[in-house]
Amino acid sequence: MDDRELRWAQLMRSALAGDGAAYEHLLRELAPALRMVVQRRLVRLGAPTAETEDIVQETLLAVHLKRHTWRTEDPLGPWLWTIARNKMVDHLRRRGRRVEVPVEDFAEFLPAPEERPDTGAMEVEQHLALLPQKQQAVLRSVAVEGASVAETAERMRMTPGAVRVALHRAFASLSARLREE
Amino acid sequence: MKTDDLIRALAADARPVRSFRSTLALALVVGVVAAACVFALRLSPRPHLLTQLVEWRLAFKFAVTLTLAASAVVLALRLSQPGAPVGRAARALLVPALLLAAGVASELVTTPASQWRHELVGRYAIYCTTLIPMIAAPALGALLLALRRGAPTHPTLAGAAAGLAAGGIGAALYALHCVDDSPLFVLAWYSIAVAVVTAVGALVGSRLLRW
Repeated sequence: MDDRELRWAQLMRSALAGDGAAYEHLLRELAPALRMVVQRRLVRLGAPTAETEDIVQETLLAVHLKRHTWRTEDPLGPWLWTIARNKMVDHLRRRGRRVEVPVEDFAEFLPAPEERPDTGAMEVEQHLALLPQKQQAVLRSVAVEGASVAETAERMRMTPGAVRVALHRAFASLSARLREE
Repeated sequence: MKTDDLIRALAADARPVRSFRSTLALALVVGVVAAACVFALRLSPRPHLLTQLVEWRLAFKFAVTLTLAASAVVLALRLSQPGAPVGRAARALLVPALLLAAGVASELVTTPASQWRHELVGRYAIYCTTLIPMIAAPALGALLLALRRGAPTHPTLAGAAAGLAAGGIGAALYALHCVDDSPLFVLAWYSIAVAVVTAVGALVGSRLLRW
């Protein structure tokens, strides 16, 4: 395993034990790696790269909701690229394209320039608007306004436990909506 | 929503999570217990079961069905973990298949051809093919529910593996009752029963296990 794989696996093990900081660190490393691989793959398929960020976000959601399926003794890469490949195929299929994407294409990695795309991802936002009001408010508070769970709980007059439940449900229903679109 | 914002929110949802493997193990226990309850409600073990276990044809039924259940559960697990190796788990299914083939061959060698038909038809084929799926049903339900927590790349295959496993469990329990001991009977009727459960698993899996 190379350094990156060792670091990712270590971070994911901490995340699975409940370490939010390690988890955030990991996701911030995964996002640019995913972005680059997805974009290159879209180019090769002749598909519009404008959808890159949507696929990255869908993949991150799936990583989050399925993180317990990673086998802690394995490197994280093969697991991650398999999920990314699946989410990309699903995404393109919904767009009416039938594609075969070999998973090997996701295993390659070249260091990507760090970039922070501020535009391009629309799907999550669209579906977010259709979520139950409480889930929406909690997710916006934590994601967009950067409030902690405790701050959100105080602001919305909820218990921190209820905020966590609403947040988790928001991710689950976002993912379900994206799938059934 | 910006990806950075999404990540912040995902990280806020971090908490200790139970591994998928242990979820499936729990479902297996629940499924076996529930299947055993169905068995106990409808059937009873055949008389002198334990003392007759030395008879190879009786032990053979448990060997085939239990190795089937075990290898299919492991296959369902692997199929639900993205990137996990599947090959060895799939090849392990050859163990019950080869056991069955060996048992059938041995039966054909040791019994006169005039008896084959009699052994194949057996006495309670209709019970075998209906009761095994009934006993297997709660096990299949428990396994499929657990697989929903998994991330199967091929939902139909994962559902079929769950069906094979549940079929193996149902068949092993039914074998406690079954007095048709010929491997020819197992080949004909147990296979049909397990195939039914597998088909149901595949069908439900293809709908239920997408993620």
